[in-house]
Amino acid sequence: MKRFSFSTLMLVLGLLFIYLPMLILVIYSFNASKLVTVWGGWSLKWYLGLLDNTQLMGSVARSLEIACYTAVAAVVLGTLAAFVLTRVTRFKGRTLFGGLVTAPLVMPEVITGLSLLLLFVAMAQMIGWPMERGLVTIWIAHTTFCAAYVAVVVSARLRELDLSIEEAAMDLGARPLKVFFLITIPMIAPSLAAGGMMSFALSLDDLVLASFVSGPGSTTLPMEVFSAVRLGVKPEINAVASLILMAVSLMTFMVWYFSRKAEANRKRAIQEAMDQTASETWQPQRTPATA
Amino acid sequence: MSTFHQALIRVLPSGRKLVIGIPFLWLFLFFMLPFFLVMKISFSEATVSIPPYSQIYGFVDQKLQVLLNLGNYSLLGADELYISAYLGSLKIALLSTLMCLLIGFPMAYGISKTRKEMQNVLLLLIMMPTWTAILIRVYAWMGILSNNGLLNAFLMGCGLISSPIEILNTNTAVYIGVVYAYLPFMVLPLYANLVKHDQSLLEAASDLGSSNFNNFWKITVPLAKNGIVAGCMLVFIPVVGEFVIPELLGGPETLMIGRVLWQEFFNNRDWPVASALAVVMLAILIIPIVLFNRSQAKEMEARA
Repeated sequence: MKRFSFSTLMLVLGLLFIYLPMLILVIYSFNASKLVTVWGGWSLKWYLGLLDNTQLMGSVARSLEIACYTAVAAVVLGTLAAFVLTRVTRFKGRTLFGGLVTAPLVMPEVITGLSLLLLFVAMAQMIGWPMERGLVTIWIAHTTFCAAYVAVVVSARLRELDLSIEEAAMDLGARPLKVFFLITIPMIAPSLAAGGMMSFALSLDDLVLASFVSGPGSTTLPMEVFSAVRLGVKPEINAVASLILMAVSLMTFMVWYFSRKAEANRKRAIQEAMDQTASETWQPQRTPATA
Repeated sequence: MSTFHQALIRVLPSGRKLVIGIPFLWLFLFFMLPFFLVMKISFSEATVSIPPYSQIYGFVDQKLQVLLNLGNYSLLGADELYISAYLGSLKIALLSTLMCLLIGFPMAYGISKTRKEMQNVLLLLIMMPTWTAILIRVYAWMGILSNNGLLNAFLMGCGLISSPIEILNTNTAVYIGVVYAYLPFMVLPLYANLVKHDQSLLEAASDLGSSNFNNFWKITVPLAKNGIVAGCMLVFIPVVGEFVIPELLGGPETLMIGRVLWQEFFNNRDWPVASALAVVMLAILIIPIVLFNRSQAKEMEARA
């Protein structure tokens, strides 16, 4: 009992530790004073000032574009990898494959960034592509590391799935491809959405990889923020940071809410279907008795 | 038409091969192959050209020459800066992993003991920050820790200190930042592990007269081993190469290898030395990475 209350206390303190700084940042972004540490009343002027900053707006658009492409590609790639890891149990190089999928999760970003840049430079020398680094190279870098996150999320879901549903479909003559698209995909849809959103957020946030593989004229939002932050705390940056913070929090909440709703719907549908089959199997037995 | 169809089937790889091949090829090309390139460049010499390194092999007078320049590595061994940067990184990573474990374990334990509904909400609260930019969360601390920031104002207001203490741009700030940024990565795998524990084991031990502390130490901790390893590795490995936190919160005395690598690459444009730094960092981290992959694989088998 004593330990239980200790862990609860730590939990509350830990959550305060995590959320208090972000809350302070958001509150101070509405500060009217130019001094970041003195409170001068509420104001929206830093937010309005952002709209005039065309360079910043350009980088926002660029980051959003990359994040969209990354989310799509990472979900496809990550789901394939997760499917191989959970369903194809035996093939040559499986250990290597598993390592390749999970290693990007922990690999320091400076190493991944540097190595990818060297690859792109070598490729440009050898096959003439990519001639200049920019959106595509950042997209490749982000997809590679986001796919690992998607693979973890999706494989967790694939593992808890009831294999008998897929097996039943195959017994009834469905081809593997059909089973995958009609049975497996709908059942793992919530985790696909979660993985996609996660990739979107991760891509939007990444500074180190983008700094290495971007070229001139393809500055992303985090790079823009970083070069400003290096010079110290500024009210405009407070506003940008708060906007990103609020956008990502809202997105996270929405993913969580919808995936929970979908999950509840799915459970209810299964329950209903089972009830229905149960009552259907009852009927024929009763009909001959009454007739 | 049918012969064309048959030919097509013969030429196209089977579905199974495609499913394995696509992710394998992508990861091989964009994740594994680049490491060999880093290794290759680490043996070349920095030159003033585009790209700024020399070729390590050449074909002169019908002789294939391979020139391995070990200078970059001997430079790493000879220069105090690099050695202390590696040691500094390892020390900061080790201590902050320990702090994350000490804070994160009770948190994960607390979550696993709440109701199922509550667990989902708490998990969301822990997970949310991992999706927001590390850059922004670190930036939030810059305002709090600075000399005329909120923390100093608060401490002075309480009368605990008379003049502002310098926290920003010191190692203390780096520790705060690292623990802050990586705490969720410790809590999540620990929770995933703790929530699977069979409570009847603890009850049985208690019935047999074991104390709560004994229960925790002899049953919960050994069962949570995989979760602890995964959590520690998820914190330790990336922190060793961390760049953003020491750059923004650390001071001139904060030597971390990620920061040094960044400076060599972007400021000095010395790609070969940066590559050599990366190779040595990877060599140091290869054991933790293998440990992490193994604990992941075990976790997968345990649930399958």
